[in-house]
Amino acid sequence: MLRLVAKRILAALPNLFGVVVITFALTRALPGDPAAYFAGGAATPEAVDEVRRALGLDRPLPEQFLRYVADLARGDFGVSLTTGQPVAREILTRLPASLELVLAALLLACSIAIPLGVLAATRPGSWVDHLCRALVTLGVSLPVFFTGLLLAYVFYFLLGWAPSPIGRLDPVFSPPPTVTGFYLVDSLLARDLGLFRSSLAQMVLPMATMALFVLAPIARMTRASMLAVLSSDFVRSARAAGLAPHTVLVTYALRNALLPVLTTLGMVFGFMLGSSVIVEKVFAWPGVGAYALDALQASDYAPVQGFVLAMGVLFVLLNLIVDLAYTLADPRVSIDA
Amino acid sequence: MNLRTVRHVLADNPLSAVGAALVLLLVVVAIAGPSIAPYDPLATNAAAALQPPSAAHWFGTDSLGRDIFSRVLVATRLDLAIALSAVVVSYTVGVALGLAAGYRGGLTDRIVMRLADTIMAFPLFVLAMGIVAALGNTVANIVLATVVINLPFYIRLARAEANVRRNATYIEAARLAGNTDLRIMAVHLFPNVLPPTMVQVSLNMGWAILNAAGLSFIGLGVRPPTPEWGIMVAEGATYIISGEWWIALFPGAVLMLAVFAFNLLGDALRDIFDPRRRI
Repeated sequence: MLRLVAKRILAALPNLFGVVVITFALTRALPGDPAAYFAGGAATPEAVDEVRRALGLDRPLPEQFLRYVADLARGDFGVSLTTGQPVAREILTRLPASLELVLAALLLACSIAIPLGVLAATRPGSWVDHLCRALVTLGVSLPVFFTGLLLAYVFYFLLGWAPSPIGRLDPVFSPPPTVTGFYLVDSLLARDLGLFRSSLAQMVLPMATMALFVLAPIARMTRASMLAVLSSDFVRSARAAGLAPHTVLVTYALRNALLPVLTTLGMVFGFMLGSSVIVEKVFAWPGVGAYALDALQASDYAPVQGFVLAMGVLFVLLNLIVDLAYTLADPRVSIDA
Repeated sequence: MNLRTVRHVLADNPLSAVGAALVLLLVVVAIAGPSIAPYDPLATNAAAALQPPSAAHWFGTDSLGRDIFSRVLVATRLDLAIALSAVVVSYTVGVALGLAAGYRGGLTDRIVMRLADTIMAFPLFVLAMGIVAALGNTVANIVLATVVINLPFYIRLARAEANVRRNATYIEAARLAGNTDLRIMAVHLFPNVLPPTMVQVSLNMGWAILNAAGLSFIGLGVRPPTPEWGIMVAEGATYIISGEWWIALFPGAVLMLAVFAFNLLGDALRDIFDPRRRI
């Protein structure tokens, strides 16, 4: 088992390397001369040359790449020109906000999509099945920025149920003491229910926006995989042996059907990391995506590159975790691995 | 494929016909857009700013008094053109690379698949954002970014189809008859790849439209005042919280409808060409 885990980790290394190579290529593809850009608009040719030497841009590309990797290994993602802060630290302080949103949305999406997929698979042709099918087609057509605005309009402006869709916390509250960085968890740890309720209320709309976006792939996969499992021999045997329908459905079918869904979750997480940029902009959510966008508007490239790299690395690690979970949960995988 | 299959698919899912009709309508609007728009999409009119939908302005007017209906109509061409050119380039390059990888195997295969895996290692929207940010904020770079993030899907499809056929007897026969590798790939392998990849094209069109609009929404690519659905939604975003819903709603709804139409068409094509993959 340990060898298998090591094998999976080794298999993720080329992807990690690929992510670093592409990000490096993107840093060197800046419009115009990067040295002139970093030296500032009014720099003399001598000053530009100075910056070029200081940044190592006069070196051959392979050497530049090695330096880049060495910098990354030391946690040096460069410095933001607008805030003057190291990019790595800013990304780390904002990452919990983004992750909290993505994880909460994923949880919400799963708790709706998996039961829906199961119901649709057990009653093919029923209204649940049609609802599932309509949702799957509609769900992939929804632009996140549009659903987000629509939800904000209906639930904030028309109904007044949701708080003003700006930021993570109502301005009257101050953030809880940082333990995990997740406001929902931290406010509970601080035993502050009012704060918990406020941060939950702020999160409902962005969370629902993102969950709507990924309902479709999860429901679709659950339905397909449940259908396959339900028609298999071992389910038929379990039924013939007179086991309770509930036992057959949950213990026999669902547990097996969830494995492919687990794989889909890796892909879904990628969608969510991408769409979080847009959702954070719509709801002024102070996460990494909003940070990268602000930097982008100011033509401040280091944070954008740091963001792309961080998301790439995060995604590779996440897929690795999904792979490992799959390996541990399903002993059959180890046979052909 | 024959007429009976088409009829069966239509009867089973009447929405397919709706999808096809909507796509046709979009194409017509894309071609005729500027000439059927009732107003100049760029003409501002401060006296008629922020008006709700009315008989004169079906979709209302925006903060500069521009007619939203006209802007939505005119934007169709740009949005479809970006998506279409991205999908066409992605298709050509992706299928060519995939065929080469699947047919030749060995080192070619390893390099091409490594490229596809590396692209897939990123959250794709983030990669597209990174590409446009690095190469410069132009429409051409939006197309390029969309091409890159669509490539892996075509590479994988074409490779899988070519790989199972590389040692088929008719391919061996073609090789023995003295055909070059290039000719075998183009004449003998490509037709086999056509049906599954065509389905992917329709599904990708919807995704490419969403992606381009998403990039414009966050301020990359198309610049104001050019009418484009994503930008129009972004422009309306600040007004929606104060109740001016029409500025963002109409372009957003049309965008959604366009993506929905291509997805319906893609599902229908898949049902016709590849019945096994139906859900």
